[in-house]
Amino acid sequence: MGSLRPLGASGTSEDAGFLATRADALVNWGRKNSLWPMPLGLSCCGIELMAMIGPKFDIARFGAEAARFSPRQCDLLIVAGTLTWKMAQACRTIYDQMPDPKWVIAMGVCSSTGGMYDSYAVVQGVDMLMPVDVYVPGCPPRPDAMIDALLKLQKKIERESPLRRLARGPDPELLEREAGTGSFDMPPNAAVPTARIGTYLDPRGRAAGRVADGEGERAR
Amino acid sequence: MSGMQTFEYAPGTLPADLDPDDPLHGELLQLNVGPQHPATHGVLRLLVTLDGETIRAVEPDVGYLHRGKEKTCESLGWRKFFPHTDRLDYVQPLMNNCAYALALEKLGGVEVPPRGQEIRVLLMELSRISAHLIYLGTTGIDLGAVTMFFLCFSERERIYDLLDAYTGHRMNNTYVRIGGVYADVDESLASAIREWVDSFPAKIDEFERMLTGNRIWYDRTHGVGVLGADAARAWSLTGPNLRASGIDFDLRRAEPYSGYEDYDFEIPIGTAGDCFDRYLVRIEEMRQSIRICRQALARLERSRGAEFLAEDRRYVLPPRDKVQTSMEELIFQFKVVTDMRLPRGEVYRAVESSKGELGFFVASDGTSQPLRCHIRSPSLMNVQAIPLLAEGRLFSDLVAIIGSLDFVMGEVDR
Amino acid sequence: MSALERLRGILGEGPYRVVPTRDAATPCLEVERAELRELARRLRDECGFESNTFVTAIDRLPARPRFEVDYQLLSISAGDRVRVRVLLDEDDAWVPSIADLWPGAAFSERECFDMFGVRFEGHPKLERLLMPAGYEHHPLRKDFPHHGIEPDRLYREWERGRARGAS
Repeated sequence: MGSLRPLGASGTSEDAGFLATRADALVNWGRKNSLWPMPLGLSCCGIELMAMIGPKFDIARFGAEAARFSPRQCDLLIVAGTLTWKMAQACRTIYDQMPDPKWVIAMGVCSSTGGMYDSYAVVQGVDMLMPVDVYVPGCPPRPDAMIDALLKLQKKIERESPLRRLARGPDPELLEREAGTGSFDMPPNAAVPTARIGTYLDPRGRAAGRVADGEGERAR
Repeated sequence: MSGMQTFEYAPGTLPADLDPDDPLHGELLQLNVGPQHPATHGVLRLLVTLDGETIRAVEPDVGYLHRGKEKTCESLGWRKFFPHTDRLDYVQPLMNNCAYALALEKLGGVEVPPRGQEIRVLLMELSRISAHLIYLGTTGIDLGAVTMFFLCFSERERIYDLLDAYTGHRMNNTYVRIGGVYADVDESLASAIREWVDSFPAKIDEFERMLTGNRIWYDRTHGVGVLGADAARAWSLTGPNLRASGIDFDLRRAEPYSGYEDYDFEIPIGTAGDCFDRYLVRIEEMRQSIRICRQALARLERSRGAEFLAEDRRYVLPPRDKVQTSMEELIFQFKVVTDMRLPRGEVYRAVESSKGELGFFVASDGTSQPLRCHIRSPSLMNVQAIPLLAEGRLFSDLVAIIGSLDFVMGEVDR
Repeated sequence: MSALERLRGILGEGPYRVVPTRDAATPCLEVERAELRELARRLRDECGFESNTFVTAIDRLPARPRFEVDYQLLSISAGDRVRVRVLLDEDDAWVPSIADLWPGAAFSERECFDMFGVRFEGHPKLERLLMPAGYEHHPLRKDFPHHGIEPDRLYREWERGRARGAS
């Protein structure tokens, strides 16, 4: 997770020793050059995202080759497209399932601010649900713009201090921020079905015509 | 049709023939596919009930991309809704623009000049090819032919370059206006398009070489998801899905628009109605689209210099130089932008898009605020047909069926 | 022979009223709710309208009757279209479902119910299609604001404030 810390008077952050800084730089170099994107292609930006992964723009050159579709294996969530309230729970779940360190790029205006849709169904910016590292305007942004965003994110990662942070202990401000957006309660009128990955069903109960979904039967 | 035929529409309910004591088939697994899943072509959620690998029931759950477009049209007004139409079926933005413009022109009684129609035909066929390339690329990669994704997207990049040069944007161009198109196609652009059009049939041959005779592709698509002709009609399917089941119905022939009656092209019809036939129909449609593009380019060559945007001051913005010099034109500009009214009434107009019949049902009460704009979405009907085709088949056939039905969630959910 | 002439020839004078529209090629037939299913069945079986194009509604607030439910049918064999219209009052907003005649109409009817609150009696699975299952409003009604209403708007403001660390 990106965390910008204010620079000290000497131009370096607090308790910076040469070795610690170099170790951090090594970790950051490894992380920034192997960002594995989790493409959350929701709508039109998803097509440009595919074009970015495709042969002409090719983010594999920047190390972001392995676009795995499982959030557990990714560290960069690219929210590409319009997020609706119905999809919000799923989006937040995907973010929560990603292991640390993770970064989020809000691709396009719909995920940055809701875009051209100020309607009853659209989340006005994915930063309502999760912290965002880079916002990319455009409808959709050109793949060139997305590569620029990736490079900006790499510069942001360079400024992080992971090992020193590890030594220092968890950042309370960050924890609080995470906790704040971590417990995401959907309002009752935007209820989203929460089916588990797989549910064994009693065939007799199923034949009664009600859907057994997740914990117990959800009244439809 | 004889007799009172009703259909048992009951997706997601199971036959009661399950024996819970049967060690092999007594238990069902309900698997949640989506809404985030690479193989569902967008945010579609499927509740699949499985007996081992056999699908007993599929229930599509849509709405994860519902952005309230029909409501937005009522708030924004007719002209400002054009950018929203791009983002319906976002792999063929100009086609959606044209469909919307045709509906408004029908209600308003506007004639598009011939050159405007020719440009529209060219843009629509480029969009159709673009959409079919998405189908080919994503269905290919879903079924394991990873190279198809890269080949098809590489070709799409060339279409994007042409559209970028013409409209200034790669996709979501919003370049169609009531009465024509925004700007003319000049000679350099036309020659660039002609160059690409000449090179593309060889690429289609390459795609066919990779897939049509390919044993794996054939085994995964032949006999999978067979759709009968009666079922296709009853389930409101249109477009390649309908034609692959043997029904000869194409709106470009049945209800021609934009001058399609003067173009020379064939409509590919399938026989078996399976995934393989749908694939072949779309490949052949791409070839026929190239044929139409060539004719459109030839006509554009002949009509160089003609007007491409109608001069209807009720709906069309006057040229900029006139606005800045003439009071009357300034007032027209003002009225079109702030207070454009369509006559009272309701019309429905549809085009043959890459997914099927894309139509706009527009109703106006004579004021500048639209009364209703309903978008008839072919992709919604395609999603609805997933249970019809997939129930009883294996789970891996579901991926082939979803790919071959070809829908885009922006259009399903609107 | 125009579409309307062909229809008149088969259906006779029938319990429908021809509504003049701006679209001369597509006749618009207005019926009472009670006659809807019979007319729909005759259109499908006798006039050859095998395909249902859409089912939607128009909210004509403040005009009464409030809702106008429109069915558009397509005859692929004859190349015709026809539109059938039913007018409904606000407190009596239900029509019989035609999903057993045209299974392709099932999703359209669900969407119409979701957006307008018009019930389709006899529909095998009348639930919301586009909005989440527990949603309480019908967005395309004219008295529903474009931005959503309480608690949508409240929720959005609250979340915006919380994300900024206000509350």
